[in-house]
Amino acid sequence: MAKRIDVSGLTAYYGSHKAIEDISMTVEPRSVTAFIGPSGCGKSTFLRTLNRMHEVTPGGRVEGKVMLDDEDLYGAGVDPVSVRREVGMVFQRPNPFPTMSIFENVAAGLRLNGNYKKSELNDIVERSLKGANLWNEVKDRLNKPGSGLSGGQQQRLCIARAIAVEPKVLLMDEPCSALDPISTLAIEDLIGELKERFTIVIVTHNMQQAARVSDRTAFFNLAAVGQPGRLIEIDDTERIFSNPSVQATEDYISGRFG
Amino acid sequence: MSNALVTDKRPSTLRAASLPKWTPWAIAAGSLALGIGISAAAGLGSSIQWGLIAAVLFVLGTYGIAARVEGRRQARDRVATSLVWVAFLIAVIPLVSLIWVTVARGAKVLDVYFLTHSMGVVADTEPGGGIYHAIIGSLEQVGLATLIGAPIGVLTAIYLVEYGRGRLAKAVTFFVDVMTGIPSIVAGLFILSLMLIFKMQPFGFAGSLALAILMMPVVVRSTEEMLKLVPNELREASLALGVPKWRTILKVVLPTSIGGITTGVMLAVARIAGETAPVLLLVFGNPFINNNPFEGAQASLPLYIYQQFANSAGSGAAYDRAWAASLTLIAFVMILNLVARGIARWKAPKTGR
Amino acid sequence: MDISTTTDVPPPASHSKAAEQKRAARGATRPGDRIFLGLSRGSGILLLAIMAAIAVFLTYRAALAISKDHANFLTTFEWNTNVLEPKFGIAVLVFGTIVSSVIAMAIAVPIAVAIALFITHYAPRRMSGPVAYVIDLLAAVPSIVYGLWGALVLVPHMNGLFGWLNDFFGWTGLFSWDEGAPRSMLTVGILLAIMILPIITNVSREVFRQVPRMHEEAALALGATRWEVVRMSVLPFGRSGVISASMLGLGRALGETMAVATVLSPSFDIQASLLNPGGGTFAQNIASKFSEANEFGRDALIASGLVLFVITLLVNGAARLIIARRAEYSGANA
Repeated sequence: MAKRIDVSGLTAYYGSHKAIEDISMTVEPRSVTAFIGPSGCGKSTFLRTLNRMHEVTPGGRVEGKVMLDDEDLYGAGVDPVSVRREVGMVFQRPNPFPTMSIFENVAAGLRLNGNYKKSELNDIVERSLKGANLWNEVKDRLNKPGSGLSGGQQQRLCIARAIAVEPKVLLMDEPCSALDPISTLAIEDLIGELKERFTIVIVTHNMQQAARVSDRTAFFNLAAVGQPGRLIEIDDTERIFSNPSVQATEDYISGRFG
Repeated sequence: MSNALVTDKRPSTLRAASLPKWTPWAIAAGSLALGIGISAAAGLGSSIQWGLIAAVLFVLGTYGIAARVEGRRQARDRVATSLVWVAFLIAVIPLVSLIWVTVARGAKVLDVYFLTHSMGVVADTEPGGGIYHAIIGSLEQVGLATLIGAPIGVLTAIYLVEYGRGRLAKAVTFFVDVMTGIPSIVAGLFILSLMLIFKMQPFGFAGSLALAILMMPVVVRSTEEMLKLVPNELREASLALGVPKWRTILKVVLPTSIGGITTGVMLAVARIAGETAPVLLLVFGNPFINNNPFEGAQASLPLYIYQQFANSAGSGAAYDRAWAASLTLIAFVMILNLVARGIARWKAPKTGR
Repeated sequence: MDISTTTDVPPPASHSKAAEQKRAARGATRPGDRIFLGLSRGSGILLLAIMAAIAVFLTYRAALAISKDHANFLTTFEWNTNVLEPKFGIAVLVFGTIVSSVIAMAIAVPIAVAIALFITHYAPRRMSGPVAYVIDLLAAVPSIVYGLWGALVLVPHMNGLFGWLNDFFGWTGLFSWDEGAPRSMLTVGILLAIMILPIITNVSREVFRQVPRMHEEAALALGATRWEVVRMSVLPFGRSGVISASMLGLGRALGETMAVATVLSPSFDIQASLLNPGGGTFAQNIASKFSEANEFGRDALIASGLVLFVITLLVNGAARLIIARRAEYSGANA
């Protein structure tokens, strides 16, 4: 089910400000790709262009191509709503719908397409919660509000919600930055399991995390504040962390700046 | 379920059939034309009927066309969008009509003569006369109400923000909220009950008292908001210099928030300037000029409008005067509003710059 | 300020001035402080006293009138006060006030919510600012002007609509029409709806604007259309805010005087149809009966005003409670 992403010549703007410039890369299916780089280098912006969430920000617009297998996400006639259905997203801060129960949260995406039988819905919700390693903790209180869970549980609930609609790609925007170390570990384990089924892209500030969970790592940087962010290099994670081909990457990884 | 099967069924998962961008406009134009056509054919006279038919056609047409081409979810989305637009238009029409009619009909008799003469020797059914006496009455009543209501309101807000702790402050907060909701006629009846007890005849100041009651909670609320915006560091900086608290409030807190407080007071003035009911009960109305708000019946602009409308047996000249007075009143209220907002904008961005 | 802790130690001579200042910084020990605190606390107490006085004096005068009422104050369909055996009751007024307000709410709340959504989520960005501003200003138009417009512009325009309602729904009885002037409860309700629209819109708009972006993005990322985003995140979050906004609007509609007095052609009976003129509301009845009322008649009107006062207190109190609950709720989830 997982799909390949092929980006070429992608530039994104906020109004007249160019946030990222001329980015090209390939993300392999059934793998974890991590984006690292200093704050403001546009890695989150780039992530959001991969499911057309960038354009919901006022003034946001994009030039270039993002191919999902053989279809351009920005091609004529492409419906952004369908794109987001194929390319799911998990956000920095856990954001379950506060007025919905745990069950309803997971079922939210499915209900949008309607026409699920109650038993089907139960199955999918259970499968998704199990997939997010949350089932055992919440199976007895599926009808309680999702906002009553701990931060780490909420984040896994959001992951369950995202995978319930069976996307091809899962984007994660610093999914652990608001969590404690134990919850972070749980999410990292989960990422390792999810990559069997999905193409995963994760933005992280934590280089150890990138080294732990990802197969490939992309390093982003910007020339100066106010300049657009650029992709410096992308390579196998091991190579990036042991023997990067660009000096700036090495400087960043060894903590000489950023 | 194999990948190939899905691909066969839906050649593209991302590309959905979608209507061109101009579709809503086309549907709107079509339903408007159709609505007018149907109405004309059926001989319906009222433009409200025409508009409603067109609006219903627009919403139904949008759903039908979108459901056919784009599918049900998109159709629902489009219907929601079209309903929101229709609601907006439905609301805008009466409001535009109100402004338009007031300006168009009010301008007919509104001139210097109208502003500088009273109704003293003019019967309500005849043309001529003016609103000078009503303007005087309004200015005096509203002015006196502001003199009473604004200081009490501001002081109460200072108490709540700077001193208020404990049960008294809680009670005041709660009752200020409740007071905001008092209908103006009830405030009028309260003063009326006092006047009945003391056997008093209508006079301008009685109206001022009722208006002041209506004004106080509004001033308290807005002033409170403004005082809360003053950062605590400012107060502490001043207190640490050994400035007494009351001087800190007078010299530091109030000057910092004076713009916002002025705005709040002006908006409250604009609100009470348009009140009719208490004035009707307490000031009674008077076609002659009465400069003394403490004795004898007076007129006021809103009351003048009501009496020209109600007591003139449908005379066109009286209606014209009512519209002209409405235009004057709206102009006064709007100018107050605009100036107040201008002050707020001019004073506010200090922190942003 | 906790600087006072050092003042127990006798200060060295060179520091005496500083110590003086420190002492001065303490609470209300100076006359200036005492006067200022007294003034501001006095104002707060005065406000409470006014509220109490309103309740007390209205009740007193109302009691004077009701004790001489030769009919049941709550159930009588009559308002005759200038006679030897006065008979008056508020049954018609309760009915009319509730009916006109319910009509106004039924029309205004959905439209106001839609306009608030229009401003926050649907309108092109260049448009939403000015629209919000204009709606703000419209909240300031005096009610007497709405009344004048209602009587001279809206009423004549209602004939077509009333004819329609009579043709299609006349059989319900609720919408039958005897072709009289359309100065009826329905027209009053529509005019009140127009008047309370701005305030409900403004409060709802503020609430919708506070919906955290992350809730909306959560829905968007699941592949929700704009309407589905509104339904999944905006409306649930804003529900209690819309309810309290509606209560504020209801408070206005219940107490509105002039717009009802100019539009309604009143009578002291209850009309089964919303289209036929007749009925009355508390505020309208006070305004129209006032000029011909003697002292006793005025007391009777005060009695009806007391009932209106209590009703609006209840409605506003309920609105405040909902707002307070909402504050806790949003604080927990922010």
